[in-house]
Amino acid sequence: MDLAPVLDGFAVVLEPTNLLYCLLGVVIGMLVGVLPGLGPAATIAILLPVTIGIEPVTAIIMLSGIFYGAQYGGTITSVLLKLPGEASSVVTVFDGHALARQGKAGTALGIAAIGSFIGGTVSIIALTFLAPLVAGFALDFGPPEYAALALLGILLVATVSSGSRLKAVIAAAIGLLLATIGRDAFTGGERFTFGNLSLADGLDFVPIAMGLFGLGEILYSLEERHSTVSAPATVANVWPSKKDLKQSSGAIGRGSVLGFLLGLLPGGGATLASLAAYAMEKKRAKQPERFGQGAVEGVAGPETANNAAATSSFIPLLTLGIPANATMAVIFGALLIQGVSPGPQLVTQEPDLFWGVVNSMYIGNILLLIMSIPLVGLFVKILRVRPAILAPITVLITLVGVYTVNNDVFDIVLVIAFGLIGYLMKKFGFDPGPMVLAFVLGSLLEDSLRRSLLIFDGNPSGFFTRPISGTLLALFLLVAFVPMIRAALSRRRTDAAEHDIKELV
Amino acid sequence: MTVLVGYVPTPEGEAAFTAALQEAQRRAEPLVVLNSPRSGAPVSTDVAPDSVVQEMTARAQADGVDLDLRQAPHSGEIADEVLRVAQEADASVIVIGLRKRSPVGKLLMGSSAQRILLDADRPVLAVKP
Repeated sequence: MDLAPVLDGFAVVLEPTNLLYCLLGVVIGMLVGVLPGLGPAATIAILLPVTIGIEPVTAIIMLSGIFYGAQYGGTITSVLLKLPGEASSVVTVFDGHALARQGKAGTALGIAAIGSFIGGTVSIIALTFLAPLVAGFALDFGPPEYAALALLGILLVATVSSGSRLKAVIAAAIGLLLATIGRDAFTGGERFTFGNLSLADGLDFVPIAMGLFGLGEILYSLEERHSTVSAPATVANVWPSKKDLKQSSGAIGRGSVLGFLLGLLPGGGATLASLAAYAMEKKRAKQPERFGQGAVEGVAGPETANNAAATSSFIPLLTLGIPANATMAVIFGALLIQGVSPGPQLVTQEPDLFWGVVNSMYIGNILLLIMSIPLVGLFVKILRVRPAILAPITVLITLVGVYTVNNDVFDIVLVIAFGLIGYLMKKFGFDPGPMVLAFVLGSLLEDSLRRSLLIFDGNPSGFFTRPISGTLLALFLLVAFVPMIRAALSRRRTDAAEHDIKELV
Repeated sequence: MTVLVGYVPTPEGEAAFTAALQEAQRRAEPLVVLNSPRSGAPVSTDVAPDSVVQEMTARAQADGVDLDLRQAPHSGEIADEVLRVAQEADASVIVIGLRKRSPVGKLLMGSSAQRILLDADRPVLAVKP
């Protein structure tokens, strides 16, 4: 492997501006991690317009800092206040808060910070070596492969994501439908524009993301009621004991690997990784009943896994141009705003950007490790701000921000409309993630599909004769139909069993 | 009949609690401690921490007074909440702590103590630390 661009990447990161934005990103990330109701996807979406004025590398360094910084911040409130700031820290509450009640809050936070750092770093190292390989492999991809990949990505997003599968599929289908609005790229015919000039170019990604994630989440969080708790005393004794470290080292190792692998999966990401790591630790433990009573592994495993996953989910985005989860979709949007199209060419054509962003994660993780413990008191203070004060400011920033992107009032209308849709979706248990991802992948899917059909002279069997697209489509069929077949089989088995019983009677 | 005290974990709140405890003992009435944070924010410095709650319970027990701690969050102004709870608990006296506030501060922020003193329909005992 050629190391020169990797080292050049460090030179990019160590530029004062980039270091500053890296710091800014991780601090904002920790803040939104602490605040319940405002997630990294929402924050990045709201800050999209801010990134227009700055260099692409700097912008992405800051936005990715927000993403992995949020994984650190969510831990603090989970442990101290039993209040997960982030979906990926929900499982940390069980054992982290139990530890805090025993007066070992410092231990829990220390272990979580160390685990997060190790998980994140392992994941970056793997990313450093794996990403160029994947990108090199993906250089051979033609339109049929991309069509198959996009199809598989949408399906995985809809089926793997947490929550109801049917609702996720419905959201993804609506996302695909939204992607078709605008002028047809091949024939120029207008679709779903209703004669509206603003719709003729299709819906822009930015207002959709800002509406669904930004405005939608703010509206939803206004409705949530938390019980108010007293401000916790200062956290002492952060350095975990040797015994705790020894106990959690296995969990940290397993969490790193599991998180890395789940982060690669479309629809996976930090939340799924933390849930899976907790379940795995509980299964492996010699005394599972300790979990929920303050087991250190129950904090170490999920916290390591969510950071590892947050980092590794950059691989599909930076090497294939396929966002693996909702936050990656927003960063995808940020790249598009900057005029950079993520894909396999990114490593070779924009090495500064690629390695700058990847290497900034090393720096960011070190910054987070240094800051996370001493600043706990400060972050808890922020929780004293009432949403009634925070929400109007955020909404104002969102609406002004979206206007500055295109100087178009129509975008403000779109943000409000999608904000209402996002609010209603959350209210009725739909995850807006699959919708945004399907919207992003929808244009890629349509484009590649029609281009491949042109290549194949309109013969769809061509998809199955090419090795890579054929394999991907076989995987697609597998993912789509195996659960159905399994469900049908088990139903038949129970039917048969009931039949037997009836005959016996 | 009860004795109602508005409590926040500050010197003024402590003074009010001490006075209210003596008052409850003298009148042989149960003590209602209102420690209500403003609703909305997940964390508030107005909430009494667990250690303080334990200490208050122990002191009330030592003096032979029944203690009823109410920590439900309120919306709107704390003065209204105190008056509402006073009505509800049928308080014979309301005990509050007074803090020093400059005339300008009072003009800008208003005074909860003043509102309680003026609007209450029962005796109010104002305590200074």
